Amino acid sequence: MESTKYVVIFILILTAAVAISLTGLREATKEQSATNEDIFNKRAILTAVQDYLPNGQKVADLTDEQVLELFAQMKQPVVDMEGNIIEGVKAESIDMAKERKKPEAERRLPVYVYEQDGQQFYILSVRGNGLWDEIWGSVALKSDLNTIAGATFDHKGETPGLGAEIKDNPSFAAQFEGKEIYESDGDYVSIKVRKGGARDPKHEVDGISGATVTADGVSEMLYRGLKYYQPYIDKVKQQSFLLN
Amino acid sequence: MAETAVKEKESVFQFGKKERKLLTDPLNDNNPITVQVLGICSALAVTSLVYPSLVMAIAVIFVTAFSSLFTSLLRNYIPKSVRMIVQLVIIASLVTVVELTLKYLNYPVYKQLSVYIGLIITNCIVMGRLEAFSMANKPWRSFLDGVGNGLGYGVILVAVGVVRELFGKGSLFAGSPIELKIIGPTADYLVNTTDSMLFGWYANNNLMVLPASAMFIIGIMIWIQRSYNTKLVDVS
Repeated sequence: MESTKYVVIFILILTAAVAISLTGLREATKEQSATNEDIFNKRAILTAVQDYLPNGQKVADLTDEQVLELFAQMKQPVVDMEGNIIEGVKAESIDMAKERKKPEAERRLPVYVYEQDGQQFYILSVRGNGLWDEIWGSVALKSDLNTIAGATFDHKGETPGLGAEIKDNPSFAAQFEGKEIYESDGDYVSIKVRKGGARDPKHEVDGISGATVTADGVSEMLYRGLKYYQPYIDKVKQQSFLLN
Repeated sequence: MAETAVKEKESVFQFGKKERKLLTDPLNDNNPITVQVLGICSALAVTSLVYPSLVMAIAVIFVTAFSSLFTSLLRNYIPKSVRMIVQLVIIASLVTVVELTLKYLNYPVYKQLSVYIGLIITNCIVMGRLEAFSMANKPWRSFLDGVGNGLGYGVILVAVGVVRELFGKGSLFAGSPIELKIIGPTADYLVNTTDSMLFGWYANNNLMVLPASAMFIIGIMIWIQRSYNTKLVDVS
């Protein structure tokens, strides 16, 4: 048996060597990794307006530079829960996961205003709970701030083939296109994922078999998440009404 | 006396019959998945697509190879009382290297594999080889043993991935630059089931997407392997 002193010294040297080399590697790769993550998230947001990208491109066709350029062109207001724009903050600096931990009244909401061929799209971020962990998504509204132009979802740990279909199966997100979040008389209804198939063609989409809890999570997330944006949407509508 | 005189001086990196066996044995006779039934958890979880399986296989080969090498280099200095902790430190740091590198090179695949990369640490194959082989063998042979076992794991992983993706999604290598769309309901696919007279009945098997299917596939693989490699059959 080795002496305790030897064991302690051996462990100390080993861990110090490992710690130093790993820190070095992390520092060397940090910048590029952060850029990769940033572009990955931006591509996800752009997927919500996939059908309206310049020259009919798809998100996968865009180079990293084009993605960054599109984001540089966007207006990126951040709004508070009363719908007022917070000055000096850009939407892309908002971390939805952190915002969700704050009390409701203090949350900040990112808005990406995407413009193509004179049409405006408001990309809103939503976040909620699936079956196992958090789910999130982006919903793009057309300039009437009612009709959905596209939506995209992602998740942390939903079951592959079941709940994970909200991300993996493009036809799930595609169903949201053209749905409306308001009743024709102006009441807020959001979009519901209906088990057994949509009945209301304007406000419901088909559920996923075997993923009822995740689907309910999507409904709940959209209902709450889009409701947070109501004061902002009302203000934008008022402004455009005054301008006309 | 004469024998010792003619005995060749062994080079550090010699590659003879024994060394070749270290590489090929885990591919068949001593496969970590189908014979030792180790590392099943990740084999069930990551194999729904070929590309992540391939990345996972490469990651595990890297970790088994280099953890074996480092453990073997240190084997005479590692205090016996804390040897497991030392092995874990080596494995964990190599896994962190894999994680950082993947994040740097291919972020989407990193996102897809994130949890499972971390779980390489708990993959029994890695620690099993360190305990059983590297602690008692020279560095070069340990390295080969690590590569061999990683390969044995990777081959099964990719094979399961091919079956699952082909029958579950109708594609191969989805998510990579060389995606092949083989059979599916749109014109993008090689065999378009909506137009085809022959394959109009075909639909993807959703069971293949679920981890449970990997268990059936691995079970069938064990069956096939044992039916031609009869020395694996337990006669008792």
